[in-house]
Amino acid sequence: MMFRPRGKRSFPLWTGWVAWRIIDSMPHDHHDHDHAHAVLPPDPALRVKAIETILTQKGLIDPAALDEIIDTYENRIGPKNGALVVARAWTDPEFRAALLDDATSVVAELGFYGRQGEHITAVENTPEQHNMVVCTLCSCYPWPLLGIPPSWYKSDAYRARAVREPRKVLAEFGVALPEGTKVRVWDSTAEMRYLVIPMRPEGTEGLSEEDLIPWVTRDSMVGTGLPGRPE
Amino acid sequence: MSDAPKTPVFSEPWHAQLFALTVHLHERDVFTWPDWAARFGATLAEHGLSKELDGGDDYFNAWLAALEGLLSQRSLAEAALVQQMRDAWEAAYMRTPHGDPVRLA
Repeated sequence: MMFRPRGKRSFPLWTGWVAWRIIDSMPHDHHDHDHAHAVLPPDPALRVKAIETILTQKGLIDPAALDEIIDTYENRIGPKNGALVVARAWTDPEFRAALLDDATSVVAELGFYGRQGEHITAVENTPEQHNMVVCTLCSCYPWPLLGIPPSWYKSDAYRARAVREPRKVLAEFGVALPEGTKVRVWDSTAEMRYLVIPMRPEGTEGLSEEDLIPWVTRDSMVGTGLPGRPE
Repeated sequence: MSDAPKTPVFSEPWHAQLFALTVHLHERDVFTWPDWAARFGATLAEHGLSKELDGGDDYFNAWLAALEGLLSQRSLAEAALVQQMRDAWEAAYMRTPHGDPVRLA
């Protein structure tokens, strides 16, 4: 299978999302001629609602907390956090050394800690070694630095093939490495997650940390991409 | 950031709800994250025997199965009760005029 590394989608995802949320929460004047009744969510959505209702009734969960968690990961936490860390590592040798020594503490000092960021290791790309991250078990990922993983990271194809044929997978992402560069694949776990520090692109010598942040792509911090000039 | 900035974090609303529900239960100490990862990983492997799972609905279907199994095993939400509540929600959607808020009877 080919990945869709650029994240292009061929189906209208947001229509369902918006429709469900609105119908679920408040009256509105949207006209849909196919439905006399509210649009029925798919079966798994009904099961999730059922679990939520049961656990709320038992006092085990707070529905407002769920909204807060969703808002956090949809709007507030994402790869821009990781990009700041990488740009700083490129411009500040002391920071870089500290990051490679103890990434968990260093990124925590920047405020990037919490869920799934308890133990983070930074691995640096060099001309000799390119690093690439996978979770063969499920989808462990450094949420505080990169947000929620993209679909391809969670797919069977990536999880199985990243270890077996990393160069082929990298080629599908458009990453061609010199023959002499070794590829090292890091398998994340619930206990340890990885951030790839890509090599600073040539021609960026005069740029500041702030200028460099947009060069750092999400995929470059997973090792399936390289940093590049912002569009 | 140049990697598909407009791609939604969650492609379906129930993916987001399920994710948040699981994170919240973990934070309420219903289970540890390594326990969850082990259970979820095993379910993904099981589901992946019959087909190659994509990282979208397939992935979250496995997630849901893992969470349902865990909640049922801990007697927090038994399978029969979940089914009953699911059907109640379905009935609520079916009887609610389009545009009105959906509520359980």
